[in-house]
Amino acid sequence: MQDPVRARIVREGVTVGVATGAYGISFGAIAVAAGLDVWQACALSLLVFTGASQFALVGVLASGGAPVAGAATALLLGLRNGLYGLRLAPMLGWSGWRRAGAAHLVIDESTAMTVNRESRSTARLGFLSTGLSVFVLWNLSTLVGALAGRSIGDPRDYGLDAAVGGAFLALLWPRLRTRTNQVVAVLAVAVALGLVPITPAGLPVLAAALVAVVVGLVDRRPDPTEVPGPDDLATGGHHA
Amino acid sequence: MMWLVILGTAAGCYVVKLAGLSVPARVLDHPVVERVADLLPVAMLAALIGVQVFAEGQSLTVDARLLGLGAAVVALLLRAPFIVVVVVAAGVAAVARLL
Repeated sequence: MQDPVRARIVREGVTVGVATGAYGISFGAIAVAAGLDVWQACALSLLVFTGASQFALVGVLASGGAPVAGAATALLLGLRNGLYGLRLAPMLGWSGWRRAGAAHLVIDESTAMTVNRESRSTARLGFLSTGLSVFVLWNLSTLVGALAGRSIGDPRDYGLDAAVGGAFLALLWPRLRTRTNQVVAVLAVAVALGLVPITPAGLPVLAAALVAVVVGLVDRRPDPTEVPGPDDLATGGHHA
Repeated sequence: MMWLVILGTAAGCYVVKLAGLSVPARVLDHPVVERVADLLPVAMLAALIGVQVFAEGQSLTVDARLLGLGAAVVALLLRAPFIVVVVVAAGVAAVARLL
């Protein structure tokens, strides 16, 4: 493998890391606005390290939901990382402690920058350069956002409650290309809003998962796993 | 309690990631499993948007958050980066509350 190729792969990984780090700031600020302290916000980014799940947990907390409902929502959102792992395992070819370490870095971004590589060494380089860049910058920016979020007054004065909806929309946006996904999204909103007046906070979002289960059972696509492409990472569509 | 939830979520999310890298592909590589796992983020993110924007405790309401969401749509249509989308949503809602 030529060095220019390796240099390009590393450069791409770092670029994705920088872009993702920028939205770690919004995660940190939103987490603190939802009632977590700075340590808890940072612990989420260090230990959970999968952005959509982290946003979901603090989103459920911010809307008054039980912490357990938030955790369940975060876990369901994290299931897709397991499918990414299935795709990545033969490409990366790691076992033992290397695999145990690599598992923590399996997220949308590292998957997107790995699955298009042609050899094992370029796949590993793409995975590690992206995964480690995102990890470092995501955690640093979470700390910055959490500290900034703590120093402001009422988060609503800054529209931070509206920022949460905007963040979820930006995460959802790149997944709305197919008709099936659009239908699922509309049905899920309808189910969740229908349940808000009659169930405790947190449950409406969990119940919306049933829409995915039902549509998944009746739909007939043969190989549906959607891995976000590098293009999704270049603009609005980050979903770590 | 909060720490317990954080550690539990972390453990669960890590186990899912490790399982994907570890189990033989045929165990999980079923079209229905794939479809459901693939649709879960769509359903739950959409539901989170709905609750986040319209719920006020146990009731539904329309306020500045909807203007923020509309601004986020415009930003996404203009292919703005994530952080811009979030800041625009917050900014528009904050300004609307001042008016």
